[in-house]
Order: sequence, then structure tokens, then C-alpha cells
Amino acid sequence: MVQARDAEGFLGRSIPRFEDAALLTGRGRYIDDLGAPPGTLHAAIVRSPHAHAELVSIDADAARALPGVAAVLTGEEIGALTRSMVVGVKAPVECWPIARDRVRYVGEPVAMVVATDRYVAEDAADLVDVRYRTLPAVVDVRAAVEPDAPVLHDGLGGNVISERSFRYGDPEAAFSEAPHTIGIDVTYPRNACTPIETYGVVAEYDPGEGTYDVLANFQGPFSIHAVVARSLGVAGNKLRLHTPRDSGGSFGIKQGVFPYMILVAAAARATGRPVKWVEDRLEHLTASVSATNRATRIEAAVEDDGTITALSWDQIEDCGAHLRAPEPATLYRMHGNMTGAYAIRNVAIHNRVVLTNKTPTGLNRGFGGPQVYFALERLVFEIARTLKLDPLDVIRRNLVPSGAFPYKTATGALLDSGDYPAALEVAVADGGLTELIARRDAARAEGRIYGIGMAAVVEPSVSNMGYITTVLTAEERARAGPKNGAQAVATIGLDPLGGVSVKVASVPQGQGHRTVLAQIVADELGLDPAAIRVTADVDTARDAWSIASGNYSSRFAPAVAGATKLAVDRLKEKLKRVAASQLNVQPDDVTFKGGKLVAKANPENAISFSRVAAASHWAPATLADGVDHTIQETVFWTPDELVAPTADDEVNSSLCHGFIFDYCGVEIDRDTGEVRIDRYVTMHDCGRILHPAMVDGQVTGGFVQALGAALYEEYAYAEDGSFLSGTLADYLIPTTMEVPDPVILHFESPSPFTPLGAKGVGEGNCMSTPVCIANAVADALGISDVTLPLTPSKISEHLYAPEPEPKEQPKPVADEGGRKLRGEGEAVVAAPRQKIWDMLLDPETLKAVVPGAHSVEKVSDTLFRADVTLGVGPVKGRYRAEIELSDLDPPEAVTLSGGAEGGLGFGRGTGRVTLTERGPNETLVAYTYEAEIGGKVASVGGRLLDGAARVVIGQFFQALARQAGGGGSGGGVMSRLKSLIGGGK
Amino acid sequence: MPRLTSGRRHTVRFTLNGRPVSGEAEPRMLLTDFLRHVIGATGTHVGCEHGVCGACTVRIDGALARSCLTLAVQAEGADVRTVEGLAGADDTLSPLQEAFRQNFGLQCGFCTPGILMSLDALLQETPDASEEEIREHLSGHLCRCTGYGPIVRAAVAAARSLREGSHA
Repeated sequence: MVQARDAEGFLGRSIPRFEDAALLTGRGRYIDDLGAPPGTLHAAIVRSPHAHAELVSIDADAARALPGVAAVLTGEEIGALTRSMVVGVKAPVECWPIARDRVRYVGEPVAMVVATDRYVAEDAADLVDVRYRTLPAVVDVRAAVEPDAPVLHDGLGGNVISERSFRYGDPEAAFSEAPHTIGIDVTYPRNACTPIETYGVVAEYDPGEGTYDVLANFQGPFSIHAVVARSLGVAGNKLRLHTPRDSGGSFGIKQGVFPYMILVAAAARATGRPVKWVEDRLEHLTASVSATNRATRIEAAVEDDGTITALSWDQIEDCGAHLRAPEPATLYRMHGNMTGAYAIRNVAIHNRVVLTNKTPTGLNRGFGGPQVYFALERLVFEIARTLKLDPLDVIRRNLVPSGAFPYKTATGALLDSGDYPAALEVAVADGGLTELIARRDAARAEGRIYGIGMAAVVEPSVSNMGYITTVLTAEERARAGPKNGAQAVATIGLDPLGGVSVKVASVPQGQGHRTVLAQIVADELGLDPAAIRVTADVDTARDAWSIASGNYSSRFAPAVAGATKLAVDRLKEKLKRVAASQLNVQPDDVTFKGGKLVAKANPENAISFSRVAAASHWAPATLADGVDHTIQETVFWTPDELVAPTADDEVNSSLCHGFIFDYCGVEIDRDTGEVRIDRYVTMHDCGRILHPAMVDGQVTGGFVQALGAALYEEYAYAEDGSFLSGTLADYLIPTTMEVPDPVILHFESPSPFTPLGAKGVGEGNCMSTPVCIANAVADALGISDVTLPLTPSKISEHLYAPEPEPKEQPKPVADEGGRKLRGEGEAVVAAPRQKIWDMLLDPETLKAVVPGAHSVEKVSDTLFRADVTLGVGPVKGRYRAEIELSDLDPPEAVTLSGGAEGGLGFGRGTGRVTLTERGPNETLVAYTYEAEIGGKVASVGGRLLDGAARVVIGQFFQALARQAGGGGSGGGVMSRLKSLIGGGK
Repeated sequence: MPRLTSGRRHTVRFTLNGRPVSGEAEPRMLLTDFLRHVIGATGTHVGCEHGVCGACTVRIDGALARSCLTLAVQAEGADVRTVEGLAGADDTLSPLQEAFRQNFGLQCGFCTPGILMSLDALLQETPDASEEEIREHLSGHLCRCTGYGPIVRAAVAAARSLREGSHA
């Protein structure tokens, strides 16, 4: 059912975007460009360096005393002004935007400093002295369900916050009858489509009316408005939430700004001043929001020919430290689509939602799709391998057949339209699969490592606002009342000069909504798109909106553009009647053309659009009978198909379902383990295409984010919960150098359920591409255990035996899983041994020689306390250190052990220093050390720590030598400083 | 070089897109913050503040620089160029900007100002830059929306139209 694009009109054509002139000339209006009211204070947030710890004390006196600081707010003060955020399941847990008595992930807010400017706020944040008692952390999702795992929320008794089992058809019978049961275990990693613009919030509080005004680069869904209003303890109409015109990308992530709306709003109330906060990149990567990581066991009952008769899913979803709204939505967004693009009638599902000591999760492009399809399409590939079938044939054999649409899946989704087999064959032919297979054969004949992967995917769009209630039992749902639908809204208005304005609550972050809506309205009204003025940002105090408003679940083209079409249609009908009475024809004989309303039979009989449009303002008495006004039409549209989950747990989780079939060829460099995409073909059926270039832009953009997820990007955690990817030099986003141009193919099956026949297209490649590349790598290497991201080091593990451990192994420190450093070195100092020994034990000397020391206090003969400032890469901070001396063997050797802790992180370690007499006035100082580091320094300095440690230790001995009486002997200390730094982890 | 005192504000003066500007800044103030919040030139964006994303790229005395890794006081007396200076006097888009519009080389537009500054410099210095050179030149910029293909196409088209324009 390939439909030709509209031959006439603007819709369906790639006209240049109206958004672009401003964005290209530096006139964008992003949140940090809008200015703030006079007297606005600026916030900085003190965050936990520990993954799991009790909050012992917060001493903010020094911070409060700093000139310019208006307030330092802790969990206690914020708690007094707010309530716990609503949690989406029935469980005895609270969810606060700031830690109360315990921290549960690295980066969790602990205190908020509000000051006259951001620089002062950050100065003061460094002065907040927080003491922690660390607790064991749990990071691995499978470990979190074990009975002996550390528990994050005591009231829960464990870490499983939700568990449900589902059964559709007769899976037990299908499995017992099938000749083959084929299963795999997969894990999907943590990552995020992190946008280039971070979060920002400006909030004010009016005590007179008890109202909050919050400006945030929030993306929706506006169901979150209710969560924020409740947490702030005000009625919905007393929380004005508005968004800037421009937003620097989101991809789901800016849903997660809402806890900060609460924090900043509470700070505005506490200080009586407007408060502004803009997140920095380290905060963003560490603690904004993440996609879920998931561990899945999936099994299929399979016939000899590859037909899948049943699926069994066992999913453990990791939502991080708190279950934040709308989680556990990631797990249930795909619930209607657990059979993907396949006609499989028997399904068993066991879902567990688990909390771990990691950043809480939330919306992220693909939202549940990447996790589901990674398991499902890896399984399909394994079925082919196990049964020695062609993967393409296994896909073909199981696809929902042509002519079966609308097709109801076993778990309840109603697949709206498509012809999956036909689209697949077009992709095979037009994308050149035969040629690609020949390339693989040729490469392999030359001994190169080459593989081909595939993935068939159904891309859901326009989420049913009720799908998340599938997490509740049918009885719980009945008690809570049904939830369903997806209200979209559009307003079209005519001003007194006849100008046309359109207002939607779609909150774009670069998707060109304003251009597409101008195309739709211009076509209907016979005007130039440039004449249509569209606004798409939201002000809840003034605009029409509902809980489904916002930019997510790829709902713009199917829902928002559709609602706009309905609104302009309604206005058109009225305008036709107004014109008809003046043209002396029937309303149905009036058409809109070239800025006029024209009688179809006689083009000379016409009246200008602006004259008809303005009539309601200037001469309402002249309107035709039955026309009340033509000033403004607002249409709310929710599709009938999005009903609440049934008593049998069937759920039509989304309105529209696009189809994607991808395949790719990859080559692996035998020497480096690098994966190179040789060719990537992606076929999309997203229904009617409204703007081809924007559709392709969504496909390419999603493809490259998915390429990052497949090969480079991971929110990495150490075993102790330290976060290891806090900069964009650690969290590797693809650049122009890694990115191929995909071959994009289209097949158009308009949706019968949307006003324009369009479906969503924004998220599909985030679902299909990671597993497509993984299958290609599995094919190249002949392996079945594939874990993303496929970094060169992971690939090398498959290519080569593990690297031998270094011969000289220092004794390992107590392994608590942080970022480890080891090293040793020696220096010759021109001073007698006893003198060096005495100096090492003298606080005054230590203060002089320890790099960055502000004070060194001798608590006892063997215990020192120091206050030092150290810098590692971009992170410079102040630390409290305690050093204990042991195994003293004066004047020859001493062991130093201890730890340092500050706002930027913590470290623990031991070192052994030995002094050897080389002459009356020359001493060889040798040292070994083992240390581990966590908190912010580990997040941002990972690559720099070894070098930084070497520099700091070098500075120490250089200063010691200087203090001992001039340079070293011979060629000078530095020339003889030999550092043999061992490898970090 | 004037003597600067930490914690004290100093007057910083430079030329921004051909016009003199001045403002007060502590020695530690970043050039990004100075441009955006003191001068009010918000076209230059802040994406990472550690020199990786490239959104804040400007030209200082002709050379490309990360303004997030530059102190405002370092720009004293310099010729600073930002995205606000690329369009023609009557707000007509430059050939590079127009090529971005025609080729859908931007979506959210947040990384775009830095990318435009980098490409503007490249195409001035190497008007016949190949696609490979363009890709390499852009490797210091992160874009999260477009997948880069449309950006590269825009840059290639801009190079072509600049060459054709200069022959005309």
C-alpha cells in the first residue's frame, strides 16, 4: 500500500524550516538565554560522592557565612516545604528530590546553595561539610535481587519494588509441544541520549496567592505537572509551568528535570526570591537521568522450520535508586509489543523492577524498545544459528502476515497498518542485501572478520497514558479507576487583521514542529506557510494542555499534527459558511486558494481570506446564521483505540506502530578490535510522511545515537557504585569520524487511526540499530554472548586470550571496587636519613611539602589530620585527610594508611616509605602505594588519575628535597626521580 | 598584561564582531559567561564546560577557541568573532548559514553556533576543503540530533556555493 506523496500543497514536501533563521544567527531562545527577573539568586547543588551512605551531619555554617550566600538548604529544609514525589507502584517507599537521611547514588543532591551568582554559589558549595557513614552498595541488577544484597529502602525488605507475571494464550502447552526450546541471557547496559543543552530551571513563589511560577526546559509529559504540584503541596492551578521557545535537544532526558523544578521552586519559597539553576555537564552525566539497564532471560518454543510458537520473558529492570515517575514505565511501554513484528500467540512474561545504587531512570529515546528488541532479535538470530537456518528466513517465517491489519498481538497491542513482508522484500532488494552478502564472502575469503546482522522491529508511537497501570493487578486498577487515552490539543486563531496563529502543546526540542504545522494549515487555508504563526512551547497557566502534552513517544506527527488538522478543518467549515453567504453559494462550493475564499464554479467570485477571517472581530453581526465566531478553535483529540488495560492484562500500549527492517555489514579490525560499519540499510514504514527531510533527520539522528549505544556509550559504574563516565571524554558520543551515512528506505502504510495517516518515527532506530549491529558482530566473530557497548577491549577479549597480568604485582588493597591506583617510585634526597625521617613525622614540614596543604595537625604520635586542596584534571577540591602511621621502623620504614574525603570525592589507600642511606648526606627514598578513589574525581578524572597521582607524589618529594636542604645530589632530584607507576584498573 | 587580583572585578574590553564591547569580570570568569551574561551575546552556547562538545567555539584573533576554556580577561584587546557576526548586515544568511537551512543541517540548533564558527574558519582558510577534511574538521564538535550527515552535506554545499560565488 505505497501511497504517492501529495502532488500539490506543502505537506509532504521538504520545505526549509521556519525555526532555522533564528537558530543559525545566534537568536535562539533557550532557557539560559531568557534572562531572569532582577534579584534572581543562583543555585549550586552539593551532591553525594558515595553510592550508599548514611548522612551523619551537614555543617553549612562556613557556606552560609560566605558573603553573597542567601541560603543553604538541606533535605530537612526542603522536606519541610514539600512532600515526597508520587511513586508509580504501591510500595512503602518515599521519593525525594534531595537526600533526607541517606544517600543512595553518586550525585544525589544533599544540599542546595543559593547565592547572588553562580560562582559564589559554587564557592559556598565547596564549604559545605558533609559527613557520611558509608554502606555497602549494590550495582548489578541480578545481584540486587539476591537475598543477601544490601537493601536500599528498608521498608521494602529487599530491592524488588514490583513483580508481576503475565500469561497470554497457552505458553506452557506451546513449549511442551515444540521440538526446540531456544533461549539466551542478555543484559542491556545503562546509557542515555544525553542532549547538548543540560537542564535549567527558573522558579518564583508568590506568597500572597500561594502560587509557584516555574520555567524549565521540561519536555513533558505534562502528567508530571501533577506530580510536581502535589510535591509542592499546591493545587494544579497554582503551579504555572512554562517552557522556553527553544530547547537544546532532549530525547526523553528533559522529562527528568522535574525533581529540580521542585528543588528550585522550594528554594524560591525559602528565600523569597526568584532562583535559577542551570545544570553542568558533570551533574548531567552523573545524576540527571538514565535509561534503564535490564537483565533478560528469553526463551522461544520453535518448530524445525524456525516458526516461533511461544515466547517466555524474564525481565529484571534496574530503575536505579528511586522509582521516579513515570517509572517503571520503561518496562511497560512495550508491553503490547512483546512479540515485536511477529505473529506469536503464546507469551509468558515475568517482570521484576529492582532498585540499585545508581542514578534514577526515566524517559530516553526508544524507551523500553532497545531493551526488548536487544533480547528478541538476538534470540531470533540465535534460533537461526542453532537450527542452521538463514536469519532472514526465520524473520520472514514469523512476521505478521500481509493483509492481517489491524492485527491484535497476543499481549494486546492493535498494530494499526502495514505490510511487513512486502516492506522487508523492498528493503532486501533496494538496499542490496545480495551484494552485501557477496562482500562478506569476499572479505572472509581474504581472512578478514566480517559479519552481517539484521533486525525487524515494530516502532510504537503515541503512548496510551494508561499503559503504565499494567504494573498494577486488575484488582488494583479497578480500585484506582481506569487510566487511558492520549489527549492531544491544537488551537487555531484568527486575529483582527486576518492573521492565522496556531498553538500546540508539543514542546519541541528541534523537531521542526512549527514548520510542519504551518504546512498543514497553509494547505487547508490556501495560504503561504510563512504567513502562519505557530507556537509550540507551553504555558500551563494560559494554554490548552493535558497530561499527554509534550514531546515524547513520537507523538507529534500522528497526534499533534492530527489535532491541528482537525482544528483547522473545524475553522474552515465556519469560514466557508461566512464566505458562502457573501458569495451567494453553498458552503460546500467554497474553496480556499491563493489567499482567497473562492466559489468553485466561478473563480472570479471570490473574497479575500483576511476579510472573511477578520469579520468575527469587526462585524460579528454579519456572520452567517449558525456561525458563533471564527476567532479561535481548540480541538482536543484522543484516539478511541487507546483503552485501559483489560482484566486479562491485555494492553494497547500505543496507538501507532511503524515497521522497521534493518541490516548491516560490519568489519572488525583484527589488530585493534574496532568495529567499522561497512553498510547500514534501514527501511521505515512510518505511515504517511509529512516532511521527508525531517523524517530522514529523525532516522539519521536516532541511528547515530543507537550507534553510540552499540559501540561506545555506557554509564559505567565501579563495583562500589562510583560513577566512572562523568565527562564527554569518558562518555563517548560518536563524532563525524565514526558515523556512516545509513541508506534510508521508505514504505508508506498510512495509519487508519490518525487524522493525517502519519505515525511516529523518532525512536525506531534506537530500538533496531543496537541489536542489528550486535547481530552483525555475533556473525562476524561466531559468538553468542554479545554485550554492549562493543568497545575494542570487549571485542579483543573474543579475538585474543586475556592479557597476562603484569609480573610485578603490588599487594592488592582491600578491594571495595572503586577506581584503583597503584604505583611505586624512588627519589634521592641530599640529606641524612635521620633528618628525612624526622621531617616526615613533623606536621610543620608536612604542611610545607604536602602539595596543596592548608594545615596539618598531629593528633597523636601516629595520627595526622590534614586539610588539602588537590586538582585532578578539571576537578579541584578541598579534602579532609587522616593519615595513620604504622609498622614504624625508625629511621628506615613506615607505612602510611588513611583516607581523604571532600565534596568532590574520596580516596583510601596505603603506602610504604623506606629510607636507605646512600652516603652521609644522601638518602634514597622509595615508596609504593595502593589507593582507590571514588566520587566526582573518579567520574571525571578516570583517565587522568594515574598521571595526577604521579605529579602530586613527585611534587611531594621535590618539596621534601628542597626542604631538606637544597636539591638532590648528582643531576638534581627531578632528573633522578624515577616513577614506575603501575597500571590503574 | 595588566595585573589582576582574584576576587576583584576588572574592566575587560575587546572587539566583538567588529564592535567594541566592555564589561566587568573577575579574573576567574569564563569567556562564555562574559559573552552570554555580561555582554548579552547568547548565541554562543555552553554544552560541557570542559572543551569536548565544541558548542562554545568562537574565534579569537582569527584562531578557533573554546570559549568555555578561556577566561574573559584573556580576550582583553582581542578581536572576538561569534555566531552573531556571521550573517550579512541586513540579516541575510551567509552562504554557510543558508546551506545549513537548505540541507537541514540543524535540528535543536544548540551545537550549531560552534559548528558554524569552525566551518566558517575552515572554508576561509581552505575553500576547496574535501568532504574528508570537513569531517575531520568537525570531529571536535558533538551534535546529538542530526547524526552529522546533513551537517556534512551542508558544509560541502556551502564550500561549493562559496567557490562559485567567488568566481562570479
